Amino acid sequence: MPRRFMLISVIALMILACVGFTAIGAPKELILATTTSTRDTGLLDVLLPIFQEKTGYNVKTIAVGTGAALALGQKGEADVLLCHAPAAEMELVEAGDVINRQLVMHNDFVIVGSPEDPAGVKGLKSALGTLEKIVDAKATFVSRADDSGTHKKELQVWNKLGFEPSGKEWYLEAGTGMANTLNIANEKLAYCLTDRGTYLSMKDRLDLEILVEGDAILLNIYHVMQVNPDKHKVVDGRGGQAFVEFMVSEEVQSIVKDFGVDKYGSPLFFPDADKSMEDLEG
Amino acid sequence: MDLIAEGVTGAFQLFISRDPEVLRIALLTLRVSGLATIIGAVIGVPFGTALSLWSYRGRRRIAGLVNTGMGLPPVVAGLWVSIFLWRTGPLGFLRIMYTPTAMVIAQTAIALPIITGFTMAGVGQLDPGIRLQMLSLGASPWQLLYILIREARLSVLASIMAGFGRVVAEVGASMMVGGNLLGQTRVLTTATSMEVSKGNFGFAIALSIILVAITYVINASLTRIQQRS
Repeated sequence: MPRRFMLISVIALMILACVGFTAIGAPKELILATTTSTRDTGLLDVLLPIFQEKTGYNVKTIAVGTGAALALGQKGEADVLLCHAPAAEMELVEAGDVINRQLVMHNDFVIVGSPEDPAGVKGLKSALGTLEKIVDAKATFVSRADDSGTHKKELQVWNKLGFEPSGKEWYLEAGTGMANTLNIANEKLAYCLTDRGTYLSMKDRLDLEILVEGDAILLNIYHVMQVNPDKHKVVDGRGGQAFVEFMVSEEVQSIVKDFGVDKYGSPLFFPDADKSMEDLEG
Repeated sequence: MDLIAEGVTGAFQLFISRDPEVLRIALLTLRVSGLATIIGAVIGVPFGTALSLWSYRGRRRIAGLVNTGMGLPPVVAGLWVSIFLWRTGPLGFLRIMYTPTAMVIAQTAIALPIITGFTMAGVGQLDPGIRLQMLSLGASPWQLLYILIREARLSVLASIMAGFGRVVAEVGASMMVGGNLLGQTRVLTTATSMEVSKGNFGFAIALSIILVAITYVINASLTRIQQRS
């Protein structure tokens, strides 16, 4: 008797599962693994419908930290990547996991903090000097600590300073997205390294202000790249190539140039498809 | 306080304006969690009844597994379903990762042990005499099953409510296997979580009020059915 029940249960599961399989046979789809910042600013909501109209691809955007996005590419779980951690991306290029990597755009990181500025960093020109003062003052600093592009950038600066902040009691590792991290910094009156776009989009709700900006090391550079279709047979090479070409096309680059001006008074990204890394880092 | 007021008025405005996106998110939430609960009930209620009644080898072990499964953390379900459904995974050929179907599968895995477990407990509390009486009256096994479930209907409905409550409230598995895709796999919990992370607290509060309202309406109707019988 129980065996019959189990059999019936299994059959019922199969029937009901089939009812749910409505998504099969949908139009061709492309999986884009990208960072939360491109989604949260709304840029992709503007660009993807244009791409879909042009190519017929339904793009599924998986917005995660850059570390996770690169890992999805490495596993062949995404067809195309849009990320902002050049050093980590180069490792994938060298390993042959991704191909056709192109410079798309940049914006920059800034160091924000409470107006009281306990470490006295306001107006400094150097990111290294800023962190040095924060260390000396043992001022609270909130880190993304989520292996995102922003986190990697922050670690790059710490690394250059030759200081290991992890474990210090004034160094808080949030392990969460940019906006959540800014909220934590806001509550704790702490310093924080953030991308300018997310900060601008939340500025009205925060007591934090931009204290340090403009250092070349703080550039936030986005590249698009396709996952190598020779490594995984499930990867759509044609769609990936189409997306890379789309992102560096004149049409997209001019949309990027004006994106966010109406809402924030200044652009969130600067188009760079015609430039090289050397141009940017001068 | 401003924030709460902003959220409450925001929720009202969303109700009144019938914002199509929010409507779609709310409907998808109902469809995914509803379907997962139905599948869980179709399998779990007979399975739980069978487990509580018939004695066979390994019954206790299975019951132990079911009870452990009742506490299955959604992120664990999400991770394991992902491992199978990723397109390089064993079931990748189905191409259902990041679709509502994948979310239904993950949520079913969460709801099934809860429904099975509570049904098992509820039917186990019935007077064992009923079973013998029915069998002596010549009831077929199917009739017996039907009668026992009917006798235990209060517990069975409670088990279904518990299952639905758990899956409609979970965010970890839906986020992982659904991907929170706008217009495709975004449900109320993942949308709320995303709006909080974007700092849109007002909108997040509005979404949370809608979620609680939906859960209330569903559970209130189930409770009515339960109490009427």
